[in-house]
Amino acid sequence: MSSVKKKFENNILKKIFSSHNLGDLIFERLTLLFAVSVFLLVLLMGYEMYLGSKLSIDKFGWSFLVNSTWDPVQEIYGALPIIYGTVVSSLLALIIALPLSIGVAIYLAEVAPPWLEKPLSFLVELLAGIPSVIYGLWGIFVLVPWIRTDVEPYLSDKLGFLPFFRGAPYGFGMLAAVLILSIMVLPIISSISRDVLKSVPHSQREAALALGATKWQSTIIVLKDAKSGILGATMLGLGRAIGETMAVTMVIGNRALISPSLFDPSYTMASVIANEFTEATSEMYLSALIQLALVLFVITIIINAFAHLLVWSMSRKWKTA
Amino acid sequence: MNSKYFYYKRKLTSSIMMLLTFVAALAAIIPLVFIFYYTISKGVTYLNLDFFIAMPKPVGEPGGGMANAIVGTLILIGIGGAIGIPVGVMTGTYLSEFGNNKFVFLVRFLTDVLSGIPSIVVGVVAYTMVVLPMKHFSALAGGIALGILMIPTITRTTEEMIKLVPHSLREAGLALGIPKWKTTLAIILRTAWKGIATGVLLGLSRAAGETAPLLFTALGNRFWSTNIGQPIASLTVYIYDYAKSPFEDWNQQAWTAALVLILLISVLSLVFRIITRSKYKTN
Repeated sequence: MSSVKKKFENNILKKIFSSHNLGDLIFERLTLLFAVSVFLLVLLMGYEMYLGSKLSIDKFGWSFLVNSTWDPVQEIYGALPIIYGTVVSSLLALIIALPLSIGVAIYLAEVAPPWLEKPLSFLVELLAGIPSVIYGLWGIFVLVPWIRTDVEPYLSDKLGFLPFFRGAPYGFGMLAAVLILSIMVLPIISSISRDVLKSVPHSQREAALALGATKWQSTIIVLKDAKSGILGATMLGLGRAIGETMAVTMVIGNRALISPSLFDPSYTMASVIANEFTEATSEMYLSALIQLALVLFVITIIINAFAHLLVWSMSRKWKTA
Repeated sequence: MNSKYFYYKRKLTSSIMMLLTFVAALAAIIPLVFIFYYTISKGVTYLNLDFFIAMPKPVGEPGGGMANAIVGTLILIGIGGAIGIPVGVMTGTYLSEFGNNKFVFLVRFLTDVLSGIPSIVVGVVAYTMVVLPMKHFSALAGGIALGILMIPTITRTTEEMIKLVPHSLREAGLALGIPKWKTTLAIILRTAWKGIATGVLLGLSRAAGETAPLLFTALGNRFWSTNIGQPIASLTVYIYDYAKSPFEDWNQQAWTAALVLILLISVLSLVFRIITRSKYKTN
């Protein structure tokens, strides 16, 4: 009812003010032009990369994604080990970061007293704001030596019977990348999850507590309500992990290798592009790298679109209720 | 007896879980403390006046500064801002002022999606769009990449901030017979400008910390250059190159550059805060 009324009023306002006013028309069209430019920009990005990678797409087609040889000398480009490295590093990072992030989100949204919540939230957001190259710098000089001298010898000693913890403790490799990625996605997942938890109406908690639930039991109910939003936050973290470039490039060892061991070096799509783009001498090489960027572009668009839809549907659910 | 057992069990579980969330929050802060500690303690050794006003020394010679990189970073975010601020603010204005149709929904959605696209992909696009036609690396290409990266942040903050302006202000303007465009510019945007400036600052400081999109657009430059048609140095690319280098002296300078980058971002936010505050008082 009210929305109909509003529309009616809007129409009248429009008739009175806009249609007779040239300034309004120009202003609206001008801002529209910029809005359209953002829309076109996304299309243009995809198109530019398609053009740039046409050479490689025509030659390799879909086999680009499943071929496991990445050999610039022979001009054979298969991205399988690179996709493997990207997927494994991101998923493992999520496995580490997710429980912690949800813990942080619960603490910030449900448990922390207001005087502590604000500074803590600020610190978590600060963590998200550190440039990724500084994470990488810290990774090279602090994290990697620590992994080399302490973590990897310990793991291979205690868990060396598993194929995941074998090989020389070199420091640079999948393990370092996973750890640094989990630190980097944690603030993203936790700050969005905190907002999602806070959007659950207070009455849900009150109802649970009134029935005699403990704080934790009421939190579980809130978590159930916020499920889709937290899933969305996790997807956003995944998107970030997949596209993260500098920090990963600096610690992952940069070799296109499929190995179960976390000690071995690996490669991700973003780090291949960062590492080899300026060295790409032949047109085919460059084209293959741009195709890699295109794959990365498409994957992150899908993940982000899905994630934002989840977070939106969550916030809309409570607004209309 | 039985009910009491369950009572205490529930209580205990609750307390343990609450404690665990606190531990998680603490654990999240630990890396932050570590990173700041190392950046400050390692970076401060080379932090002197020379670092800000001298040029990098040739390979092997100790000392020298990064004057060219500091200026380069400022030029790059300047170009980025020249693209990102107008596009972001205008798009945000459109989304909030003329909102409520499917196109607005689509653009809002796309800006959100754009914010999740890896910055290195934006670098590749800037390479194919600017570097390839120009046939050489340039500050302009790097600036354009940074500008694209700023758009989502600035757009969404502008939109949110305009929405916070009370509807009565808009109605008051229109009731006085002021055309809508003038109401938007002189009343709405003026009221919301402090918030919009925060968004702009956030966009600029994120851009200042970007490395990946600059690697093959602005490239880097060991010499003094303010020509936007030529490759240009930036703090972040220096950190990357120096961190990977085998020279300990350069590694040290990478830490100092990291500290200077953090200082630069803090100074940016301080300056913005001072500007916005004084402006607000005179209103």
